[in-house]
Amino acid sequence: MTLAEKIMAAHANKKRVKPGDFINVRVDLVMANDITAPIAIKEFQRIGVKRVFDRNKVVMVPDHFVPNKDVASAEQAKLMREFALKQKIVYFEVGQMGIEHVLLPEQGLVLPGDLVIGADSHTCTYGALGAFATGMGSTDIAAAMATGDIWMKVPPTMKLIYHGTPGEWVSGKDLILYTIGQIGVDGALYSAMEFTGEAIDALSMDSRFTMANMAIEAGAKAGLFRVDNKTQLYVKPKAQRSYLVYEPDDDAEYSKVIEYDISAIEPQVTLPHSPANARPVSQAGNVEIDQVVIGSCTNGRIEDLRIAAHILKGKSVHPGVRCIVIPGSQQVYLDALAEGLLETFIRAGAVVSTPTCGPCLGGHMGVLADGERCISTTNRNFVGRMGSPKSEVYLANPAVAAASAVMGKIASPNELS
Amino acid sequence: MLKGKVHKYGANVDTDAIIPACYLSISEPAELAKHSMEAIDKDFVKKVKRGDIIMATTNFGCGSSREHAPLAIKAAGISCIIAKSFARIFFRNSINIGLPLLECAEAVDKTKAGDTLEVDLAKGKIKNLTRKKEFKANPYPDFMAALVSAGGLVEYTKKRLVRRKA
Repeated sequence: MTLAEKIMAAHANKKRVKPGDFINVRVDLVMANDITAPIAIKEFQRIGVKRVFDRNKVVMVPDHFVPNKDVASAEQAKLMREFALKQKIVYFEVGQMGIEHVLLPEQGLVLPGDLVIGADSHTCTYGALGAFATGMGSTDIAAAMATGDIWMKVPPTMKLIYHGTPGEWVSGKDLILYTIGQIGVDGALYSAMEFTGEAIDALSMDSRFTMANMAIEAGAKAGLFRVDNKTQLYVKPKAQRSYLVYEPDDDAEYSKVIEYDISAIEPQVTLPHSPANARPVSQAGNVEIDQVVIGSCTNGRIEDLRIAAHILKGKSVHPGVRCIVIPGSQQVYLDALAEGLLETFIRAGAVVSTPTCGPCLGGHMGVLADGERCISTTNRNFVGRMGSPKSEVYLANPAVAAASAVMGKIASPNELS
Repeated sequence: MLKGKVHKYGANVDTDAIIPACYLSISEPAELAKHSMEAIDKDFVKKVKRGDIIMATTNFGCGSSREHAPLAIKAAGISCIIAKSFARIFFRNSINIGLPLLECAEAVDKTKAGDTLEVDLAKGKIKNLTRKKEFKANPYPDFMAALVSAGGLVEYTKKRLVRRKA
């Protein structure tokens, strides 16, 4: 069995599962946010149970429209807060909260071998820890909050093997943008992606989170990494319970095996309006920008801010550009403060925001007007994603985003003097 | 039996196109419906009539997990969606809230916007009344059929919990 099949079988109390099987799996964690929880709570109440199945295994994080952007979002956050306090589930208030997919691994709430479902499509981020994690809608989350399990169809697994050594400024973001550019936005539809190879072994945990995060942008159900020494070093100090490490079998059957040599890959820029429009930064053309966003569940971790600060140190954001930096959690914020990164951003003329999903989905804190263009370290560049349907979003890694902020147009870090 | 006019779209219609995130502080379906499809088809809400059918090519509903997307489409009056393929979270969400989806590549290729279709969900039969053609959709797997006939996931879960107690 593949890594995904191993974890699913264990959670269905089965010796074997195969792609296409409908199974019922036990969940280790169920998550919802301020957008998806209100509907989940309503459906949970319709199911008619009084208590969630296990209050330590249900997490709610207000992160999309908080600190509340308007009355309607405040009402939603309030509804969620009241439910969370009444049910005594795991809840992070403004002041403790972060972007859910940065926060949960950091808090040790997701561990290797876990099976996690979340009412957010980027729940697949936790695959970086060797967990099977997938996004669902509010009603699925309601059912799982009531019963502690959920139905799943076992997906086929695609194996993606990355060879070589990444070039300068190339990170996990570039590998995943490149991959989606190659296979398309439905290239892994309904599949699990298993990321492997020596280039993957060399990646930091933060880069692995970035890659797993965007598996959904290829249509995948999950994106998984094997647990290695780096994973263990990340997880051990955070874990407050035991966990199991699963390995794919040597004779595991994959629906497809794709190999890439990434040595020659440049930093990627993904053009509007599809996450599959990846180009090497040198071929992005002369694209002037109005805004830069550095943050999100894709690239709001400390390594991302370090890279951006390294580029912005002693430089100034171009006068025609708004540069918005959003640490992914309070811990990332504190670390960035201690390391002096926040001062670097502010002195360069960027703004630093409290953790929020904010502009990534056109919520608040940097919504775009008609005709405006943004280069962003986020995950989606659909029509209207960051605001006006007549605005444009280009996706890139934090180094390219920071360099572009200085140049006022899409630029490689190597173009800075 | 469902009957309605076809609103046709291409590949990879994403959830931000179906319902932009700026409306996600609403969860009332009728309110969401007022903005359905507006990012890619701003006249959709004016054109759509109760019972109409959305048709699209591949990967319909890709992107976010927002259940607001099928809720908005359903409340706008759409009776079913026929596509060559669906994004998986959108597929689950639609089945869970009782918005029927059918996969049928041939019907999509041979139907034009504005055609009138008649759909027999139980048999998976799609009739194009305008062009006098008939197509057969992929049947739901047994498990999904049980979920649909239970009336969606909430009803299905209620029954499971009753059985568990017994």
